[in-house]
Amino acid sequence: MKSDNIINYDKINHVLVDDSIEVIARKEKVVLVGNPNVGKSCIFNYMSGMYVDVSNFPGTTISITKSSYHNKELYDTPGIYGVSSFNDEERVAKEIILDSEIIINVVNALHLERDLFLTLQLIDMGKKVSVLLNFADEIKKRKIKIDTKQLADLLGVEVIETAAINKMGFDKLKFAIDNARVGNQQLDLHFMLQNLMDKSISQSESLLILEGDEETAKKYEIPNGTPDDREKIYIGRRNRVNEIVDQIEYEDSKKGEIFNRIGRLSLNPKTGLPILAFILILVYFFIGDLVSQQIVDFTENTLGKGLFEYNVKSFVADFTPATINVSIYDEQENLIDLKTFNFPEGKNSYTNLSNEFSSYSAQPGASSDFHYTNPLARLFFGEFGVITMTITYLLFLLFPLVIGFYFVMAMLEDSGYLPRLATMLDRTFNKVGLNGRAVIPIMLGFGCITMANITTRLLGSEREKSIVTAILQFVIPCSAQLAVITVLLSGAGLKPLLVFIFVIASVLITLSTVLNKLLPGESTPLLLDLPIMGIPKINNVLKKTYYRSLGFMKEAGFWFFVGAFAIGIFEITGILTIWQDILAPLTTTWLKLPKEAANAFVMGMVRRDFGAAGLFHLSLTSMQITVAIITITLFVPCIASFVVMIKERGIKEGLIVWFGTWITAFFIGGLVAQIVI
Amino acid sequence: MPNNTLDKAIKGKTVTIVNLPSGNIRSQLIRLGLTEGGTIKCIERLPGGTIVIQKNRQEIAVGFDLAKKIKVILQ
Repeated sequence: MKSDNIINYDKINHVLVDDSIEVIARKEKVVLVGNPNVGKSCIFNYMSGMYVDVSNFPGTTISITKSSYHNKELYDTPGIYGVSSFNDEERVAKEIILDSEIIINVVNALHLERDLFLTLQLIDMGKKVSVLLNFADEIKKRKIKIDTKQLADLLGVEVIETAAINKMGFDKLKFAIDNARVGNQQLDLHFMLQNLMDKSISQSESLLILEGDEETAKKYEIPNGTPDDREKIYIGRRNRVNEIVDQIEYEDSKKGEIFNRIGRLSLNPKTGLPILAFILILVYFFIGDLVSQQIVDFTENTLGKGLFEYNVKSFVADFTPATINVSIYDEQENLIDLKTFNFPEGKNSYTNLSNEFSSYSAQPGASSDFHYTNPLARLFFGEFGVITMTITYLLFLLFPLVIGFYFVMAMLEDSGYLPRLATMLDRTFNKVGLNGRAVIPIMLGFGCITMANITTRLLGSEREKSIVTAILQFVIPCSAQLAVITVLLSGAGLKPLLVFIFVIASVLITLSTVLNKLLPGESTPLLLDLPIMGIPKINNVLKKTYYRSLGFMKEAGFWFFVGAFAIGIFEITGILTIWQDILAPLTTTWLKLPKEAANAFVMGMVRRDFGAAGLFHLSLTSMQITVAIITITLFVPCIASFVVMIKERGIKEGLIVWFGTWITAFFIGGLVAQIVI
Repeated sequence: MPNNTLDKAIKGKTVTIVNLPSGNIRSQLIRLGLTEGGTIKCIERLPGGTIVIQKNRQEIAVGFDLAKKIKVILQ
């Protein structure tokens, strides 16, 4: 019965006219298509020699990446479970699939039942297809047997075993493209399509129309299939998948692996919370201690201030009037000696004094403070110098921290832990109108709010997107900001940390509860496919860390210079003092901070992190630090995330959130100040 | 026995799906491998009712509100 239902188009090749025949002159388009977590991007990286962000959770490849391969255009697509328009990823993938000639369908050999559904849909679309059976190495490890040859016979297309880890089968990728062909289609389905194809609609589009895709139907101004039609086709296809899998897959042993067991344990709060705590402690030791204390201490103080800034500033002082205070500290950071050098005509004019300065400031524990009278020298090389301060902060403070952070994020993503965390926290998120999926944009927000704003797209409804967008802008500190907060808090003791966490958590809970009550509509329930747990591939983790950190620095660097330049101009022209005076009542009486803290708020509008970085210069008590970082954390998002937020959520919602953060930040910050200071 | 829903599934036990909810979610469930008449194993029941099921090697988390709408026969 099975075989009666299927006709082989290799034998009756004139029955179907494939889309590609009429466009032979154009460069052929090859598209990599597959479910999430099948290793498409890995294969794309190999074929194009280009790096694509590879992630172990859905939603990261929302756009299409294009490259070329043996004189053909090559495209990577987001992971999808089927071709239709259920969400943005599917819409994006659908367009490129319809427009392409050859489809390389990447299949996870461990999840054939899930993945072959898409394979059969692609074949039913009448496209030329080849299948890559990826994770072939994992099958052997797990003692599963897959009859690849029979699978190829049943599907009617080439099936090639591949494994990303040792590039097995990668040498046959060209063969897969050259031998892609139209596979075995369901006969009854084909008759259903014929009616539409007679109106000279391509087979692919006919199938989508029949499966109820409104967008495609609208294009031809004909009614799309009903939900019943779609369901009939889907169930038929599902049954065929199950039949195929029954025939080709044999399992030798059902033993789970240790990682699978850890995966199970991390789902239930009883065992999952200790696992989460364990992971957070590891992260704390890695980022909070190793990176932000030991590494940054070396890069910022020794390399940044000691080597880079000292030499640049000393060089500038050769030519311009300067006063230099040199303080000598012992190993316990106590001041033991202090000397002031004055060069009214620049160091070059005073050979003896200049030499004395050089040897005095070269002592261990010496720290030099340069003051220039020339406004330009101050703008570029002074305390807030566009060149000196910016480069120290960017390269020697932020960069190591951001690398550390992205490394941890990449490890968590690639291990398959995040979807399990999403599952464990599902019920908690339900209370504020979200489902566990929301954990993904929120976790990403701890990396970069701008990036996280884009991933809110993977949430199921508009109200969920609005709630998460607000949470991200109001309460979540990004990695750069976290970096500065960590450094500020690490000197202040435990109490400020607890106050900070308590206040931020309270705002988070209040904000999301209120939004859940106010926003209309209904939230979607969780339906999440859990990838296999495993040790992340270090190569991929490092690549991801490298590209994301670099991307971050490129994006942040520009705004950092802009911010420093603005502050420098404000300082020299006296605008900074005026601003400080305007905000003074708010800063000094309500927030109980020194009035210079107002600088931090100006800077914070450009980038949140140098809002916090601006606090370094002030000598604050530990409770003042707490108030300051609470205010800065709740304060407006950086310019980049503001722009992306408006693009994603519209100007009205964007502005409401932006002004909302002003009010909340000063209100809550002040409230805390009145209580604790 | 009748009128049971997936949220009542017992950890470690197998259930047979009798009826899936309608709408887009139905198509998504079918694509993930869940069909009426198909059997799945409940591998975890979280406090609050989120259910984790297994279909062959594939593990799928189903939120409480969705689980309540999936009619099953407990075995």
